Amino acid sequence: MRDPLVTLENVSKTFTLHLREGTRLDVVADVSFDVHAGECVVLGGPSGAGKSSLLKMIYGNYRCDAGAIRVRDGEDAVVDVARATPREVMRLRRTTMGYVSQFLRVIPRVGARDVVAAEGREGGLDAAAADARARALLALMNLPERLWELPPATFSGGEQQRVNIARGLIAPRRVLLLDEPTASLDAANRAVVIELIREKRAAGCALVGIFHDADVRDAVATRVVDVTRFRARPAA
Amino acid sequence: MSAAAATTPAAPAAVETGYNFAYLDEQTKRMIRRAILKGIAIPGYQVPFASREMPMPYGWGTGGVQVTAAVIGPADVLKVIDQGSDDTTNAVSIRKFFAKTAGVATTTRTREATVIQTRHRIPEEPLREGQVLVYQVPIPEPLRFLEPRETETRTLHALAEYGLMHVKLYEDIARHGHIAKTYAYPVEVAGRYVMDPSPTPKFDNPKMEMSPALQLFGAGREQRIYAVPPFTRVRSLDFEDHPFTVQRFAEPCALCAATGVYLDEVILDDRGGRMFVCSDSDHCEERRAAGHRGAMLAGAASGETTDA
Amino acid sequence: MREGALLEAHGLTKHYGSRVGCTDVSFDIFPGEVLAIVGESGSGKSTLLSVLSTEMEPTAGAVSYRMRGGSVESLFDLDEARRRVLMRTDWGFIRQDARQGLRMRVSAGGNVGERLMAIGERHYGRIRATAEDWLSRVEIDVARIDDHPITFSGGMRQRLQIARNLVTRPRLVLMDEPTSGLDVSVQARLLDLIRGLVAELGLAVIIVTHDLAVARLLSHRIMVMRHGRVIETGLTDQVLDDPREPYTQLLVSSVLAA
Repeated sequence: MRDPLVTLENVSKTFTLHLREGTRLDVVADVSFDVHAGECVVLGGPSGAGKSSLLKMIYGNYRCDAGAIRVRDGEDAVVDVARATPREVMRLRRTTMGYVSQFLRVIPRVGARDVVAAEGREGGLDAAAADARARALLALMNLPERLWELPPATFSGGEQQRVNIARGLIAPRRVLLLDEPTASLDAANRAVVIELIREKRAAGCALVGIFHDADVRDAVATRVVDVTRFRARPAA
Repeated sequence: MSAAAATTPAAPAAVETGYNFAYLDEQTKRMIRRAILKGIAIPGYQVPFASREMPMPYGWGTGGVQVTAAVIGPADVLKVIDQGSDDTTNAVSIRKFFAKTAGVATTTRTREATVIQTRHRIPEEPLREGQVLVYQVPIPEPLRFLEPRETETRTLHALAEYGLMHVKLYEDIARHGHIAKTYAYPVEVAGRYVMDPSPTPKFDNPKMEMSPALQLFGAGREQRIYAVPPFTRVRSLDFEDHPFTVQRFAEPCALCAATGVYLDEVILDDRGGRMFVCSDSDHCEERRAAGHRGAMLAGAASGETTDA
Repeated sequence: MREGALLEAHGLTKHYGSRVGCTDVSFDIFPGEVLAIVGESGSGKSTLLSVLSTEMEPTAGAVSYRMRGGSVESLFDLDEARRRVLMRTDWGFIRQDARQGLRMRVSAGGNVGERLMAIGERHYGRIRATAEDWLSRVEIDVARIDDHPITFSGGMRQRLQIARNLVTRPRLVLMDEPTSGLDVSVQARLLDLIRGLVAELGLAVIIVTHDLAVARLLSHRIMVMRHGRVIETGLTDQVLDDPREPYTQLLVSSVLAA
C-alpha cells in the first residue's frame, strides 16, 4: 500500500477557557489514524465526542496541542499542520486540502455561480474550466438556473447548502474534509452528494467526514473511526 | 502726462531728508542683497529674508521697495509702474519715495530706466541687458492654495514634487474646458523650481523666458525674495493636450493702434461705451508720439490715417 | 530578507517619551497577503501603522522592503525623496478619515489624477480617462467626476480614497479602519469592493481594525495587539475560532458572530 495522504499521530487537543477561570476542556487525546487515497474515513461517535474539532484541527482551523497531522502535499512533500506556519497552511489549503462545512459563509453581492467558480480558480482551475465545472455542479445539485446569478444570501438553507457543496467539491484537491455536508438536504440531493463523494474516491482523493445520516454514511464510508476511543481521561 | 516730462534728473539735494540713501540702513541693504544673491544663485527658489517695516502699508509694494532700495545706486534711473501705468497713485508714490530718499533720476521711459519696479506688468518694450526688473509680490508660494502647510510646501519644493501644480491646472480644465488662470500663472524656472510670477498676467509670461534683464521678486509681508537671472529658461506649466497660450485681443489699442500688446478695458460712459487701450502707458505714448493713431483718435487730428 | 517577502519588520518599537506606543513588533508580508492588526484603542496598532507608513520614525527596529526593481531597502535609511516617491507610487494608504486621505477642495477626478501627475503624466485626456476608469471600478458614477468629495457620502469618499491610491498600481496598501463610522450596509459594500480589488490586483494589505468581522472577511493572517505588544498571531480563522490568549478570547467573545 502506498503512503497515506493524511496521517494523524498521537494528536491531542484541550481548550483552555480563560474567561471561565481557566477551565480546561479536554477534547481528544492520542488520536492516531491514516487516510489513504481512495478512502473515505467517517468519524463516528456521539455529538460532543470531538469529531468536528478533529476535522477542524486537520484543516488547521483549530490548533493542535500535541502530536502531528501530516498531509501529503504533492509527490514527496509532507506538511505537518500541527507545526506549519500560517503561510504553509494557506498554501496547503489552496493546493491540497478542502473543507466543506455545514453552512455557507455568505459573501455579499457575489452570485452563486461565481461563488462556486471563484473557489475553483483558487484551487487551480483556469477561468473557463472553473466556470464550466461550476455550472455542471450547480445543475447536478438541482439548483434552479434562475438562481445562479443571484447572491446566495437570499436563498433558503437547503439552497445555500447545495451551493456550499458545489463550492467545496469544485477544486481538484486531493484531501477533502466534510463536516455534515448533507445535513439539510432532501433525499434526492443526498443521493447526488453520495455519487460525488464516490467520484472523488475513485479519483484518488482521501476523504474524512462526519455524517449523521446512517444511509449516507453507509454509502460512502470505507472505514469508520470511532472518536470515543480517543476520549481524554478526566484530569486527576 | 506729457512726453516732455518723461525723465526727471537726479537731485542729490533730496538726500537732505536725514534718511540713509534709499531709506534703508546699510546693514539691512546688505542683508537683502545677500538674499538676492542667493536667489540669483538658485533661480526660482524663495529665499526668506527679514522684511522691514516700510513707511507704507503691506500690499503697496513693501517687498519690491526693499529690493529696489537694496539694488539701486545714485547713477540709476528708476521707473515704477502699477498695472502697466506710470501715473497711478502707487507708482507715483514709490517713484517720489526714491526721488526723495535716494535722489535718483526717475523716468517713465522703459528704455531709459535701469531699475524698473512693477506690480502686474512687464513693459511691452523688450528689456535689455543691464536692466533690473523688480516685481512686487503679494503671495510668493505657488502651492499655497492647495497645500496650506508651509513645512509641506517647502518639502515639495525641495524634492521638486510639483504634481499638485498640475492638479490645479487639471481642475481648471475640468471646470472651464481650458486653463482659465489668466494671471499668477505658474512657471518652471531653469528646469527646477516652480515659481509664482505674482499677479502678472500670463500674457507677460513669455517675456520672462530668456530675458536679458535681471528679474527680482520681493514679497514684504511673506518675507520672501526670489529671482530669475538674465537668460534663464522660464516655462509656463501646461498639459500636452492643453498647451500654454496667451490671451489675444480682438481689436488693437484704441489710442495707438498697437496689436499684440496687453490691453485694459476702459469704460467710457454709462451706456455701455468702452474702449480697449494699452495697459503699458509709456509704450502707448511713445507710439502716439511716433504718429500711430487708434480708432478713438482717428478723427482727432485731420490728415492722419489710422493704423487700425 | 526572506525569499518572496515584500516587507519585513524587525523589532519595531516606538516610545513617546516614557509612554509606549508599540514594542518589539516583528512580522513579514508576502505579495497578495492580507494581514490584519487588531486590538482595542490604545493597543498600539495605530502607532505601528504610523511607523510603517514612515510618518513616524521608530525608536528602535527596522523595516525592509523589496523595491519594484528587486533590490531590498531599509525603509528608514532611504532618503526622504525616495521614500516619498515610494509612498505615492508603490504604496497606498487608506485612512479612516477620508478628509485626511483626500483633497476635499479638489474634484474626484483631480483626486484620482494627482498621483499620476505626481509621477509626470502631462496629458489631460489620458489622466481623465484613467480617472473615469478608476471611478467606475470603485462604483462611483462617472458623472460625478467633477464633483468635490465634500458632496460625497461617507462610503463614496472611502471608495474615492481607494481609487486615488490604487491608480498607480501600488503593491502594498495600508488601511486604517477603512470601514469604521459607516453604516452596516455601506460597510458590507466597501468590504466586498476591497476584497475583490485585493484579489484581482494581488495586493499586499496591512489593515488595522478593531472590527473582527472585517479581519475575518478580508485577512489571511492576523496579529492581536495589546499594550503595544503583539500577543497572538496566526491564521485569521484559527486565531478567531480557537484563540489561545486570555485577551484574544475576551476580544472574540465580546463580538457577535465574528
